Amino acid sequence: MDSIQEFSPQPSRLSKGLGTLGYLTLDTLADLGRMGLFLFFALIGLFKLPFRFGEVLKQLRFIGAGSIAVIVFTSLSTGMVLGLQGYNALNRFGADGMLGTIVALSLIMELGPTLTAIMVAGRAGSAMCAELGIMRISEQIDALDCMAIDPFRYLISPKFLAMVISVPLLTAVFDVVGIFGGYLVGVEMMGANSGAFMAGMAHNVTNADIRMGLIKSLFFGLLVAWICTGRGFFVHVNRGMGFGAESVSRATTQAVVFSSISVLISDYFLTSVLL
Amino acid sequence: MNPDHTAQTTAVGEVAAAVRFVDVSKSFGRATRRNRVLQSATFSVPAGKTTVIAGGSGQGKSVTLKLILGLLKPDSGQILVFGHDIARLGFKALRELRMQFGVLFQGGALFDSLSVFENIALPLRERTELSEEEIRHKVESTLEQLGLAGHEDKFPAQLSGGMKKRVGLARALQLEPKLLLFDEPTTGLDPVMTQEIYELFSSTQKRLGYTAMIVSHDVPQIFKLADQIILLNKGELDTFTDAAQIVHSSKEPIREFARTVMGPGFTG
Repeated sequence: MDSIQEFSPQPSRLSKGLGTLGYLTLDTLADLGRMGLFLFFALIGLFKLPFRFGEVLKQLRFIGAGSIAVIVFTSLSTGMVLGLQGYNALNRFGADGMLGTIVALSLIMELGPTLTAIMVAGRAGSAMCAELGIMRISEQIDALDCMAIDPFRYLISPKFLAMVISVPLLTAVFDVVGIFGGYLVGVEMMGANSGAFMAGMAHNVTNADIRMGLIKSLFFGLLVAWICTGRGFFVHVNRGMGFGAESVSRATTQAVVFSSISVLISDYFLTSVLL
Repeated sequence: MNPDHTAQTTAVGEVAAAVRFVDVSKSFGRATRRNRVLQSATFSVPAGKTTVIAGGSGQGKSVTLKLILGLLKPDSGQILVFGHDIARLGFKALRELRMQFGVLFQGGALFDSLSVFENIALPLRERTELSEEEIRHKVESTLEQLGLAGHEDKFPAQLSGGMKKRVGLARALQLEPKLLLFDEPTTGLDPVMTQEIYELFSSTQKRLGYTAMIVSHDVPQIFKLADQIILLNKGELDTFTDAAQIVHSSKEPIREFARTVMGPGFTG
């Protein structure tokens, strides 16, 4: 009997563990595949007719105009901190004339695109994810499919387009307000030379720097739109997300966390390619 | 591929079938914890008639509807809708076929951000070349017929359960579908509203002549509408022509279902 039990087909702990690992790997690959196809169809949807101009305008107002206040507050405080820290550091070497250059380059090349994308992911991306998640669990997306209406063209592509337009424009607002914040603290409060601040900035910030910031913000806009809409759209198939309202809340959290991390990680690679 | 068929004739002398399940199996979950919902299911839905799908909770009624709609794919077997294997259709062909579907979802699936008028007008705006004037006329006449006149500017959140179902039905009827699928059309409604929905259903079917499939818990009342009844129980499927056949079935689990759900005195 003992020998029979020894060779019984009951799965061991090791084989169970390997099974779970295999299942998780397949699940992750399936998720990546789904998200890849999602991006493809969302981009194709941009060129399908009829074009939803009204919906794009609505999304531009929500994502773009609606985020201006958040962007202004974030950029002003970031610029002020940069002005303060920059002045203190540069003053030690008597290089406070470089303050304008440091503030402007940090904002235009790095902080503007990344912080704008992260703030937009938190404010508009989360809302887009929750909206699509609720539409999914209340069968509204299935209803679109059953009415032979392409949900990508109808729902997703206008959000993509609005995000890709809004993020670079908001980044420009971030840069300008941030530089103003840096000027306010560095020049007006700490006493750095106003002419040196402006001249340094005008002389050292090149078109290539501005182009880098623009490329980054376009890429981040696409990334945030992709992750946030994708997590909401697939709220019903993602493993371990729970059901109903719980799945939507988890997907929304995941959307913001994933997009913020993706923005920060891809920022490094983009910088290394674009520099 | 031209999915513009109203029905498929299965063989000489047989009733034309709008939908055919051939040996369809469907299960969910991981390999070690498989939940079999359908097991080698085979049945036909006659064109122009009403088929009711009944059974306990979690027996696969809604899954059956989703398989017909192409929202889920079967593990094995064929699902022929108007002669086309829906699981093997490409995106374009599937979309063309779905033009002939109307669906009333369990919760209505109305678009929260659109008014009643916009919800009903949506399929017309998106899928037809009608002018805004023609759309307005068509939607207003549907609203009138379904007793929804005066509610066109309300949003779904401002409607009662019965009104949501009626708006869902109005939207499903806009493209004059050849196959109408109802997922629990009367769940959560009081008996008066339930009766109202059934009357609406009968009158619209008489007018438009569509094939109907109704998934419902409202047993045995829903059987009055049925030309065919499909009972789902633990992945197995049985077909009946009326409630009396269920009561007098040779299978004990079916008779047990009849006793439990319809009451011991029910004779059909």
